[in-house]
Parts: sequence; structure tokens; C-alpha cells
Amino acid sequence: MDPRRKRRIRLVVALSAALMLAGGLIYTSFSAASDARTPSQLLASAQSGRSYQLTGKVVPGYRVRGNELDFRVRDRGGRASVPVRYTGEIPDPFKAGREVIVTVRQQGGTFVGQRDSLITKCPSKFSASKGT
Amino acid sequence: MQFLLVMLVLCGATALIVSPLYGKRRGLIGDDAEQVALEAARDAKFREIRDAELDFRTGKLSKEDYRALDNSLRSEAIELLRRLDAARGVEVAE
Amino acid sequence: MTLGRACVILALAIAPIGALASIYGARTRRREWVAVGRRSVYALAAVLTVAFIVLESAFLRSDFSFQIVATHSSIATPFFYKAAAMWSSQEGSLLLWMWLLSLWSSLVLFLTRNRLRELAPYATAVLLGFATFFGALVVFLANPFQLLSPAPGDGTGLQPLLRHPSMMIHPPMLYSGYTLFTVPFAFAVAALIARRTDAAWIRATRRFGLAAWCFLGIGILIGARWSWSELGWGGYWAWDPVENAALMPWLAGTAFLHSFMVQEKRGLLKMWNVCLVLGAGILAILGTFLVRSGILQSIHAFGGSTLGVPFLGFIALLVLGSVLLVASRREDLRSPEARSYSPLSRESIFLMNNVLLVGLCFVIFWGTFFPLISEAVTGNKASVGPPWFDRYTVPLAIGLVFLSGLGPLMAWRKTTLAGARRSVQGPGAFAVVVLVALLALGVPAKPGALALFACAAFAIGSVVQELYRGVAVRRATASEVAPVALVSVVRRNRRRYGGYIVHLGIALLFIGVGASAAFQHVRDVRLSPGKTATIGGYAVHYVRATSRVAPEKVTLGAVLDVSKDGRHVTTLRTTRGYYPSPDPTAGPVGQYFDGDSTTEVGLKAGLRRDIWTAVQPDVGAMQKMIDGIDKRFPLAQGDTQRFLLTAVAQRYVAAPPPAVFRLIVSPMVEWIWLGGIVLGLGGLIAIWPPPRAQRSRAPASSWSARLGRELSRA
Repeated sequence: MDPRRKRRIRLVVALSAALMLAGGLIYTSFSAASDARTPSQLLASAQSGRSYQLTGKVVPGYRVRGNELDFRVRDRGGRASVPVRYTGEIPDPFKAGREVIVTVRQQGGTFVGQRDSLITKCPSKFSASKGT
Repeated sequence: MQFLLVMLVLCGATALIVSPLYGKRRGLIGDDAEQVALEAARDAKFREIRDAELDFRTGKLSKEDYRALDNSLRSEAIELLRRLDAARGVEVAE
Repeated sequence: MTLGRACVILALAIAPIGALASIYGARTRRREWVAVGRRSVYALAAVLTVAFIVLESAFLRSDFSFQIVATHSSIATPFFYKAAAMWSSQEGSLLLWMWLLSLWSSLVLFLTRNRLRELAPYATAVLLGFATFFGALVVFLANPFQLLSPAPGDGTGLQPLLRHPSMMIHPPMLYSGYTLFTVPFAFAVAALIARRTDAAWIRATRRFGLAAWCFLGIGILIGARWSWSELGWGGYWAWDPVENAALMPWLAGTAFLHSFMVQEKRGLLKMWNVCLVLGAGILAILGTFLVRSGILQSIHAFGGSTLGVPFLGFIALLVLGSVLLVASRREDLRSPEARSYSPLSRESIFLMNNVLLVGLCFVIFWGTFFPLISEAVTGNKASVGPPWFDRYTVPLAIGLVFLSGLGPLMAWRKTTLAGARRSVQGPGAFAVVVLVALLALGVPAKPGALALFACAAFAIGSVVQELYRGVAVRRATASEVAPVALVSVVRRNRRRYGGYIVHLGIALLFIGVGASAAFQHVRDVRLSPGKTATIGGYAVHYVRATSRVAPEKVTLGAVLDVSKDGRHVTTLRTTRGYYPSPDPTAGPVGQYFDGDSTTEVGLKAGLRRDIWTAVQPDVGAMQKMIDGIDKRFPLAQGDTQRFLLTAVAQRYVAAPPPAVFRLIVSPMVEWIWLGGIVLGLGGLIAIWPPPRAQRSRAPASSWSARLGRELSRA
């Protein structure tokens, strides 16, 4: 078999393998992903049992007991807020007014946070100041 | 004071950048691209020959395979040297 | 108009002028114009150095008339961190990026000033193009030299989380890696424009690609180590978008470092190499962009900024330009005919490793950008978490470790079957022995981890065997003692043996990753002083609470005693520091517990395992006391405030409420950093240039004799 044809066969094999991997990847990513929701979106359309990625700002007046946290998350630009009960590691930058991301599941009247899924964004140090 | 420093930096940078236009090394760049490519190919071929020897001595190649490979590599190298000399314009005594 | 501002404006003027001069010089083939372009890069570096010094000295002098100093530093900030504070800001970090770009570009152009005369001018133009973009950002959108009038008396201080020595080195390392990846990119573009896609451009840019790869890799590892030993979550890698953004160009770089060798030797894979190099450069810019854009949720992404759109435009330009350029030159990139290689050859292994690396890069890319993809497809921003990443990256990584062991055992072009069998059986047997030993020692039978260990053992065995064989070869030809022979054989074949040592480092690194990921023990426990918790065979005893009051923070912590089977192993100290918030409505004591807090991790590192702990003191239990004090002394300041804080702190120590501790026993984490050091060493060996051989132009008496002579000198 001349080298040209060998190379072409190799190329086809490699491409097919790649396409199969990509296909599997793409399929599972859509089913394994959790939707991002703001508090107002959650209030409108949360389904019990499904997990969501809640994003928003921490409302002042939360309660911490060791690694149990009862807090509310509100819309970044609004007032709608949801209660969250979270157990797990609390990131260092967590405090009122900070932006957080936490994976939650609706249970009864409150949302239960997945263990260790709380992420707090570092405060906006990288906000550009306008030039001269 | 700031203004003085700014002027200093400006003048220094301009001098540095513009100086080649008035220097001695002006003129056309020679077209040695062919030569450079051949030199790179030659060096790569030398490396191949040495790698093949190391592969043989570390037991990855049998003696027959090595002989065959070495011969073809060396003749490829000789061809490159020939072309390199032609590019350099050197007289070749066979 | 301050000196600093003038310098960046001058830089923005120099960059496009130099680029145009270079292009003019390339097209007219005039030496002096090419030199103008090259010197523009030197001038750029000089001017930016002045700007850098101005800004850095403003930080070190605590000159708060500069807005950037007032918002990122303070009088109380330690000297060390004042220096690093500059690149904790958007503006300062862009200046750092640009400065490093100019420095590395100057070095590259200086080193290649007498070679690559065809390519260097175009490469100069591309590098100056990058400088123009970043210069425009710094001048128009993110001015580091913004002045405040009147200058405030004190600054707001550095983010407490960033007060760690790693924060000095991590950004400069990463940025050096990113900027160095633009060099092969620039030379690839130049090679395409000048239609010189042969071995010459690879030979020139290989070292810079390797340097970029080393810097970026070390930068990533420093970041991981900082995360493990500083942050309170107890991990070193979270598949965070910003982490991924640095990993992707590194993977592309690993791929092209290997496929370069195939093109050098056989002239194959030209198109592939060009695409990889261009891709790596674009991924490096993409990485720089991700941190500051805010388009992806990340703990790093410092909020949305106005720079997102210009960056996206620039990246789109780079992608479009690259695609058009490659398409227009695809005839030049066709590989020569009749260059075959057997499946049992290094070329074949390198090809497989490239496929795995690019696959890995794609997986990470897909997962990182999935929120945007899903938004485009379904309208919902959904994201995938670490479990998804692990599921796909782990098998690919295991495959790569295996290939890294197989590669050194194969010869170029074709390995004799008997030779291949002989080479593989040693490392293969070693891998089997290790596997059996692990199972016999009672290691839990987790298939992924065991497969990884077996492959890593195979890789280590392969490298050791090849080093041994190399020494044997050397001793056969030149009677030297073994250690000397080892040094000589490595010195005479730096690329090969440097690469083997890098593979050794990778194997060690993955052993650390596998062990710590698969066999970690994690527990959250609530302890009162005097109580003990057990984890992973260790007993952790809460000895006493600690506290410290300093003007910039209040620290509450604990001392823990760790023992195993009754014998004392180590004492861990972990604390939580509470920084005051600038909120004027909070009381003099309460303001400290209302602001930022950082964790001081208690870490005992060891070759076999790390013991890690972080404390979460129960401040809520002190709340009544704090509120009472705040009510009675609402305006306390200075010494009085300190006295009150000390009272609260001492009360905490005297009667500590139960605190929550996260305890982690993680096996072999230190092997990751160890592997990284070995990796860096191997990279250094591979980069180190061999002594240049003398080339004489004596006419040949016969070709073979001349070949023999030149070979022995090379």
C-alpha cells in the first residue's frame, strides 16, 4: 500500500475516532449540566428535585453556625430573593453583597445547597477605570 | 522635571529607532533563504544519523535494519551537502 | 502628563511604526528598515521598562496620588506585597503583560538577528501588532497612571487572599508563558507569509516554544500549589475556567513540541504543525482574555469589565487571519510523497500522542465554554462540573502517560520487532510488578487509579531503562565511570534525554494526582477543645484555641495535635484572619467580623501524605458580646479599639465555642510538585544549546569522507 493511501486511511480512522469522542462528549454535556438560574427565575420556574446553579448576591443578615449556613440570595439587579440552606466549606471571600454561585435543589419551601458547591467571586478588582 | 524626563525618553527612543537609516550597514539583504533551509535540513539529517546510531546501540534496531537505514540516511545527507555547496557556489571536485 | 503616561503613549506610537517599518524592510529587502523594526522592539522594551519602574516605585513609596496604588495597596501592606500589588489590578497586569512581551520579543529578535532574515521582519511585525493591541488597551481603556486629586492619606489595601509569596511569582510566570507563546505564533505567520515552511522556522522557534511551555507549566503548578496550601477549600485543581484557560495552550504546546520533531526529521505534518502553533498562540490570548472578561463564572474572573469586547474582536481577527493565511498557503504545506513510517515507530507514537493531546484540549475547551454554547443552543446558561471533566480527561491522561513510556522505547522510522519486544518487556514487567504489589499491599481496587499507577510505572521503567542503556553505550565507546558516562550521554543528546526526564516528571506528577484524587480522606468535624477526631488512621486532638490582635486583622485559630497509633506525628496550627470592612455603620469591633476573612491552612507536607486542616471558628457564638461592646463604645478607635478587640479575642481563647474543622489526609500530593521540578529540570536540559560545531568550507576530497568529518564535528 503506497504511503499516500496509508496516510489517508490513518487520517480517516483518526477523524472517525475524534468524531465519536466529540459526539459522546456533546451528548453527555447537555445532560450532565446544571442550568444557571437567578433567584427570580428560580421563583418562577423551579422544579422540585432538579439541581440548578443559583447565581446572585448575598443578602445581609445571614446566619452561620460552623459550616452550616442559612442565607438568602437575591438578583444581582433586583430584590427577588430565595432562601438557601447550605452545609459545607464556606469560601473565604463570602460575605453580604458578594456574588456567589451555588448548586441548589428545591426541597419544600427552601433550597438546599449541594455540599461544597458554594463559590464566591473575588470582589471586582478588575473593573476597568476609564482612561484620561 | 517630569517634562525633562519625558523628553529624554522620547529622544532616546527616536535615536535608537532611526539610527539604522543613517548607519553603515545599509543595503539589500542577500537572498540566502535557500542556503539557510539547506543548512537546517543538513543539521536535521545529521541528527537523524546520530539518532539512528543511538537507536541501534540501545537495542531498538537490528543490525540489518540499522545498516539499511544508515545507508539511506547517509546518501540523503550527501545529497544535501551537494546541494548546499551548489547554493554556496563552491566549486566541487568529485 | 506624567512620565509613566507619556511612556505608554510613546509605546503605543512605537509599536505600529516598527511594524510598518519591518514590513517595508521585508518587502523591499532593505537591511536598514528591518533594523529599524527590530530596534523598535528594543525601544519598546526600554520605554515600557521606564513605565514599569515608575509604577512599581509608586507602589513601593505608597504614592497614593496614583489611583491604582490607592485602590490596591496601603501603608500597612508589607513591602513584599506592595511590589506584587501592581499586578493584582487590571491596569497593572496589562502593563506587566505588555512589558514581558516586549522583553521576550527583544531577546528573541536579538538572538535571531543574523539568522532567519526572511522571517524575522514579518515576525517582528506580528509581535508589534500584539503590542499595539495591548498598548491601545492600556492607553485608552485601562490607564495605570490615573491620578487622584487630592491624594488620599491611605489606600484600601491588598486583597487579603493575595498576600502570599506565590502571588509574586504566579502572574509573572504565567504571563511569561503566555507572551512566549506569541513568539512561535509570530514566526509561523511569518513562515506562511514568506512561503518558507521548511525546517528552518521550526529550528528557530523550537526553543522559544519550549521556554513558553516551561514557564506556563510552572506557572500553572505554582497556582495549584498556592490553592492547596493557602485556600480554605482543600484542593489544587477545580476545573475553573481560568485554570483551564492556562492549561489549553500548554496542551497545544506539548503537542507541537512533539510533532515538530516529526516535521524536522521527515518533513511530514507541516499543515498540522502550523495549525497547532497558531492555535496555541490564540489560546494564549484567549486565556489572557478569560480572566478579565467576566463572560464565564469563575472565582478568578474579577467581574465584568469593558475590556471584553476589544479582546473578543482581537481574537476574532487572529482566528480569521490565521484561517485565511493557512488556506492561501495550503499548497506550500503539502507534505512530500513517499515518506512512510511503520506503526512501531516514534512518528507513530507522536501522532497518537498529538491526537490525545488535542482531544484533551477539545474536551477542556468544550467544558469551559459550555455555558455559552448551551446558551446559544437552548437559551439556558448551563455549566458542567468537575465530575464531567474528570470522566473525560482521566482516560485521555492515562493514555498519554502510557504513550510517554512507549515513545522512548521506539526508534525513528521503524523499530525491529525483536528490538521492540526487548525494549518493552523490562518496563512492562516493572509495571505489572508494581500493580501486583499495590494490590497485595491492600490498596483499594479503584480501576482508574490503578491503571494510572501501572502506566506511570511503565513510563518510569522506560526512562530508567533508556538512561541505563545510554550509559552502557557511552561506556562501551569511551571508558568512563557510570556517573560521568551518564552526564556525557545526556550532554551529547540533550533533546532526547531532556525529553526523557520530562517524561519522568510527568509520571511522578500523575502518580501524585492519582493517589491524592482517588485515596483522599476528607472530614468536616465540629470539635471543642480537648476533643479528638479520627481521619484516615490519624487521631486529631484539639489542644487549644489561639488569637492575635493586629491593626490590620484579628486572628482566631486553633492548635491541633496529630498522632497515629499513639505516637505524635505533628502539630498543626490553623487560623482565620478577620480584616475590617470599610463599612462606616459597623461598630468598632463588629467591623472586623463583617469584612473579609482569610484562612491560614495548617499543613504538614510529607512524601507519603499531606495532612491538611482549616478552621471555621464559631464567631456567631461571640455575637452577643460583640454587639454589646459595639453599643457601649460606638466610636472607639486606635488604642481603645485595640483593647476592646483584645478583650473579645481573649474571651474566645478562654472559653472557645466548638469550631468546625475540615480535615484532609491526602496521599502523595507532594509528588505533584516534585514531578513539576523534575519536569522543569528536563525542560532546561532540552533547551540548553549544545556547543556549536565548527563548519569548515574546505572542498571535499570525497563526499563520504567529508560527511564523516562533518558528522564527527557536529
